[in-house]
Amino acid sequence: MAAGTVTNPGPKVNRIGLPVIEYRGSKTTLCAGCGHNAISERIIDALYEMGVQPERVMKLSGIGCSSKSPAYFLSRAHSFNSVHGRMPSVATGALLANKTMMGLGVSGDGDTASIGIGQFVHLMRRNLPLIYIIEDNGVYGLTKGQFSATADIGSKLKTGVVNDLPAIDTCSLAIQLGATFVGRSFSGDKKQLLTMLKAAMAHKGTVMLDVISPCVTFNDHEGSTRSYKYMQDHEEPIGEVGFVPSFEEIDVEYEAGSSFDVEMHDGSRLRLKKLPENYDPTDRAVAVKTLMEAHEKNEILTGVFYIDTQKPAFTDLLNLVDEPLALLPQERTRPGKQVLDEVMAKLK
Amino acid sequence: MATTNAGAPSAPAPARERSGDPIAQGEPAAIPAPPKPVVNDFSIQVATVNGSGSQSANSVLLRSIFAMGVPVSGKNLFPSNIAGLPTWYTIRASKHGYVARKKEIDVLIAMNPETAREDILSLRPGSAAIYEENMNLKQYRDDVVCYPVPFDKLTAAVCPEAKLRKLVKNMIYVGVAAQLLGMDMKAVEDSLRKQFAKKQKAADLNWAAVEAGFNYAAQTLTKQDPFVLERMHATEGKIIIDGNAACALGAMFAGVTLVTWYPITPSSSVVEQLIDFLKKYRVEPDGKASFAVVQAEDELAAIGMVLGAGWAGARSMTATSGPGISLMAEFAGLGYFAELPGVIFDIQRVGPSTGLPTRTAQADLLSVAFLSHGDTKHPILLPASVKECFEFAGAAFDLAEQMQTPVFVLSDLDLGMNNWMSEPFEYPEKPLNRGKVLTAEELKKAGEWGRYKDVDGDGIPYRTLPGTDHPKAAYFTRGSGHNEKAQYSERPEDYQNLMERLARKFETARTLVPAPVVVQAGKSKVGIIAYGTSDFAVLESRDQLKKEFGVEADYLRIRAYPFAKEVREFVASHERVYVVEQNRDAQMLSLLKLDLAAGETTKLRSVRHFNGLPIDARSVTDEIVMQEGI
Ligand SMILES: Cc1ncc(C[n+]2csc(CCOP(=O)(O)OP(=O)(O)O)c2C)c(N)n1
Ligand code: SF4
Ligand SMILES: [Mg+2]
Repeated sequence: MAAGTVTNPGPKVNRIGLPVIEYRGSKTTLCAGCGHNAISERIIDALYEMGVQPERVMKLSGIGCSSKSPAYFLSRAHSFNSVHGRMPSVATGALLANKTMMGLGVSGDGDTASIGIGQFVHLMRRNLPLIYIIEDNGVYGLTKGQFSATADIGSKLKTGVVNDLPAIDTCSLAIQLGATFVGRSFSGDKKQLLTMLKAAMAHKGTVMLDVISPCVTFNDHEGSTRSYKYMQDHEEPIGEVGFVPSFEEIDVEYEAGSSFDVEMHDGSRLRLKKLPENYDPTDRAVAVKTLMEAHEKNEILTGVFYIDTQKPAFTDLLNLVDEPLALLPQERTRPGKQVLDEVMAKLK
Repeated sequence: MATTNAGAPSAPAPARERSGDPIAQGEPAAIPAPPKPVVNDFSIQVATVNGSGSQSANSVLLRSIFAMGVPVSGKNLFPSNIAGLPTWYTIRASKHGYVARKKEIDVLIAMNPETAREDILSLRPGSAAIYEENMNLKQYRDDVVCYPVPFDKLTAAVCPEAKLRKLVKNMIYVGVAAQLLGMDMKAVEDSLRKQFAKKQKAADLNWAAVEAGFNYAAQTLTKQDPFVLERMHATEGKIIIDGNAACALGAMFAGVTLVTWYPITPSSSVVEQLIDFLKKYRVEPDGKASFAVVQAEDELAAIGMVLGAGWAGARSMTATSGPGISLMAEFAGLGYFAELPGVIFDIQRVGPSTGLPTRTAQADLLSVAFLSHGDTKHPILLPASVKECFEFAGAAFDLAEQMQTPVFVLSDLDLGMNNWMSEPFEYPEKPLNRGKVLTAEELKKAGEWGRYKDVDGDGIPYRTLPGTDHPKAAYFTRGSGHNEKAQYSERPEDYQNLMERLARKFETARTLVPAPVVVQAGKSKVGIIAYGTSDFAVLESRDQLKKEFGVEADYLRIRAYPFAKEVREFVASHERVYVVEQNRDAQMLSLLKLDLAAGETTKLRSVRHFNGLPIDARSVTDEIVMQEGI
């Protein structure tokens, strides 16, 4: 069935001959209207459009409504729903075991910014090739609506409780710590999110995407800063995100100046247009400063803030053999008898 | 506990039995005659200050005795400190091959003024003490043979460089001890030169110090204690290695590919030594590594990486100690419930909490056996020698993949960080057992499969690895309830089926883990059960019981949990079974109780040792004798 040839008239297929249905998952059990569902849809679209072979993907997640969502896309890929806040370590182990796989991690704002902040921080600094998506609703959905650490100060719960602690900005944090592709989007912004996900799939290194994803059950009311309404009023794209995958012809026309054209690892092109003047997405300090300033103005900035295609990925730093460690035959993992004899002789 | 030691071979004999003592010949009459020599059967304790560089000197002493063919063991009793606190190194020479800690010290080398008084006061009459002369330890004991030595003066003479004197001073005591104990100086020099193999200058300087000590003793001191060494041939072909290095070697030869860790005493040297081995022997001709080592941010991450890698098909491991084990609890349950392979080395130290981080214990047994919440249990391997560290490390990787579950190897500080003699390790001829993994071809043939289905009746299901090129290969791994097809399920029967299958799988483990070692003396009503490093003391204690009290106890050494059937049979065939272990709460005894038939549990009696020092034979003997009412 994999990459099979298609006979007319069949369903529309992608470049590896698969219809979009092959990228779907089980039926969602999340609330109708939950932002997380929209993100799953965009992930399906991105995988389909990029022509990713489903079996070449590993889906990883922690615990939360968000972390359940890998069940709702790409059933043909292995998936690991781990423990709360610890997906980064599981992903690290899995990707070191098989570095030839695409790693797709889904987390929540609670899963990442509270219980999992330690692992998150260290994942970012290792630059493990992994797409790390935070489905960010500002609350703990699964435990029924307590504030998370990404909730904005002054934001109000349905019960009237007001958050009096400042939010952790996972994007600034990721940029400072060494992630090499950092952006924010909104589950309701189909075009931008899809483009960013596709670009993420062409990047080699840690991609950190914070996707604002309203929780219709616990955080979509007046006074919330993670509601659909609030996002419609306050989303401020930092620029336009364009993406040309490696398998599509690259059009030559591209105006320098306020635009940025980045060649990705696989030859794809990420095109950041209409950026503010002097905005250099390869300059960390500029990126962090811009994020902080937007925050002061109560704007939720979206788009790709930072990109670095030069920094070596963790798998490169470790200088691993080309084949997956998991699949090495015994001849390559168990040294011969002469090695043991040599060691024993030294110990006599 | 009684401190008398009737029949202990090291008790000094009366002075009149001096005939044939070569050292005493021709001595002036005024000096008391030395007692009958005690050959190759005594212990030396070197009391120093942590960070004073005495390790090389102690190692030379140990290796010299080894080179003389005399069975020897060494134990480092060190503080949780980088420099400044007292530390003791004990060497036991035993012609009988006993390697357990010996309670009594026969020859003290007191180098630490802070503890010197206490050190000499703890000696038995007839022991010997070597010490810096200005400490004047003679004032405390006139029943101990005293050998004052002007260490600083001797050191200054051989070591012009003041900076190095602190280190070189240690080699003076090696020379003094070598002369007094009748060591073969060729053996000492060989050991020393091996120790400083890559540093010719250091070797020369240190050797000069040894000679200075030797000459001083020869010219100035008169041998009056009975303890001497004589060449034997009991160590030929043997190796000396610490348990952590042995675990590391075992892991390398088991084909480990991912190693994660967070440093903690006494486990760090497992990974540190493994890194050295891997860099040397597992880098391919093109310079690329067939392994990855990650120093994780904590033990939660370390175990998470291990399980992630195990899930993806790699042989993965971590090494830790008690506090790290506690942090791994949640993941251990996930590993059990979602059926993920991984190997965890627990080099036990004294708890609870930070406890005595540089002392030894066997007190993690229960927490490891049931680590995590819910109905969870884990296979545990219990090595009792460096050779078993090597072999069980290999067995653990096979078992983890065969059983698809985390497997724990419980060593301890005593085994892990001390040097032990051993037969050389044997090359593992059995191919790696990678367990039940379905390939794309097999899936094509099989058509349908269920990740958590018990196809073979042994409770062990089949799995696939991520990346398997077949559209039906994928499944969803989760720590929440699931059915045979790995689908989310809260149905009561699905949960119960799953838990019952996991229990069946654990039963299968009984047949796969290393079987116990049984030593039957005959038709004894008394049995002893022990495991891990309690073995050395029990072996010696059995000899004491037989020789001194006429009790011939049978012995079963447990080598793994779940218990093989031999354990039940052993208890069934004895009236009283002493369970010897190094913890307060009789943890192995408790674990046995859960496994035995109701009528059998009352046979179990407990012998425990939990002061942070390795268990010794005399303590075991005394306790059994008391409980037997002899
Ligand atoms: C160790 C542990 N503590 C607490 C929980 C309970 N818990 C489950 S999900 C969750 C919060 C999830 O919040 P978030 O990551 O934001 O996901 P969301 O449901 O909002 O998508 C908590 C606290 C748990 N599963 N494990
Ligand atoms: S509770 Fe909130 S986060 Fe959870 S599924 Fe419902 S809408 Fe989504
Ligand atoms: Mg949330």
